Amino acid sequence: MDEKAVRQKIIDIIAEIAIDEDLSNLDDNVKLRDQLDLDSMDFLDVVMELKKRYKIEVPTEDYPKLATLKSCIEYLGPSFH
Amino acid sequence: MSTSSNQNARVVITGVGLTAPNANNLKEFREALLTQKSGITHMDVRYMGKVAAGNCNFDENLYQKKKMRRRGTRAGSISIYCAHEALKDSGLSIDSVVKDRTGIYLGITEHGNVETENEIYELHQNNLDASLWSHHHNPRTVANTPAGEVSLNMGITGPAYTIGAACAAGNIGIIHGMQMLQLNEVDLALAGGISESTGTFGIFAGFKSQGALGFHDDPIKASRPLDINRNGIVVSEGGAIFVLERLEDALKREAKIYGEIIGYHINSDAVDFVLPDTQRQIQCMKTAINKANITANDIDIVNLHATGTISGDLNECEAVKAIFEQSENTYINCTKGFIGHAMGAAGALELAGNLPSFKDNKIHSCKYIENVDPNCCLKNLVNGDPIEKKVNIILSNSFGMLGINSVIIIKKYK
Repeated sequence: MDEKAVRQKIIDIIAEIAIDEDLSNLDDNVKLRDQLDLDSMDFLDVVMELKKRYKIEVPTEDYPKLATLKSCIEYLGPSFH
Repeated sequence: MSTSSNQNARVVITGVGLTAPNANNLKEFREALLTQKSGITHMDVRYMGKVAAGNCNFDENLYQKKKMRRRGTRAGSISIYCAHEALKDSGLSIDSVVKDRTGIYLGITEHGNVETENEIYELHQNNLDASLWSHHHNPRTVANTPAGEVSLNMGITGPAYTIGAACAAGNIGIIHGMQMLQLNEVDLALAGGISESTGTFGIFAGFKSQGALGFHDDPIKASRPLDINRNGIVVSEGGAIFVLERLEDALKREAKIYGEIIGYHINSDAVDFVLPDTQRQIQCMKTAINKANITANDIDIVNLHATGTISGDLNECEAVKAIFEQSENTYINCTKGFIGHAMGAAGALELAGNLPSFKDNKIHSCKYIENVDPNCCLKNLVNGDPIEKKVNIILSNSFGMLGINSVIIIKKYK
């Protein structure tokens, strides 16, 4: 799956969780928490959705790798088929 | 602000926020009750199919972000709506209240069933994979959730918790708020009752198994308290939250005053899990009347609990007859015919629906009872059209499972 498709899948998950937010101008290099009103519960929601939708497990020690869209794509990319 | 506990501090209602199956604020609710507007519809419940129920249609996103609604519960959403509406109605704003000195006290019949049932349903959809169980389960199901969601939403840092008291909870939330003001624990109380019960299949199924779930092919006839053809309880959701203040504080800020809490009592039957007990209901009403330092005949309106079960209706009517048989001044009404049984919200909603009587001098009727059960032919039962009458004192009953009884008495503030 190419980077663009992976990015879209991640944004689809964030869109369901950060329902009130405009996601059209996200900067891939800036921390998601600095661009959106997201807290720790939201990140747990992201992790749970990855597991539910794509059977991707993110161990606790890897949570920092979900900080930016860029790091999400790099980290999760290989897990998407 | 008072500096020490004052058991005799007079406590008044200065704001009302509510959502009911037939209204989303007090003005609409009063109008609905005076014009016989029902809020009962048919709905499909998981595993059971069609039932009669009362659901609210307030705007969940008026005071709450969509994200927080998704994270929280329907009970929290109802509570947030009612709390904001109550505060607005009182003339206060969230920025003008001292948040450490504001308490949130919400009566609930139950909490957590909705979320737990949904998650167990999801668990089965996920082939019993417990690793997909929601991390939201615990914060959504702890018993203080509805009050806690209000605290989070409004930034209120005083005490915020729920009071579990089955279907007596709406009254007890108000009583508790009053007591906390008298103890000088807070300067402002957001107190009342809420319910999200139509979201849980178990409550419907439980009443059905008990032979106590009300139904009619015409949903607006499903809830028929005191009618010989009644067939049980119609489950509803809803909420009513009152702003309570000590009288001196309300006068100081020239607040609108709906009425003063002059009497109350709470007691227990200690005889049965579900069946009511006439003698304890009599005792509860009598004690409340004594605490108010009035006589039965001083009371203008008695609002019955009247759920539409045979034993509930008969026991309460017997109790009310025992106290008010000689009271020419006292008129009787009930509310559940219009809105069903809003469980933890019932007492608070039913009181709210009668409060405007102090101003409009009308007593709303029961939803028209076609065939009054001969055992429920109470003197001065208001059935059909509202009546015109000067109203100074209202007594409202709310009783619940495990034998909890509550009575509250409100007087017009002159």
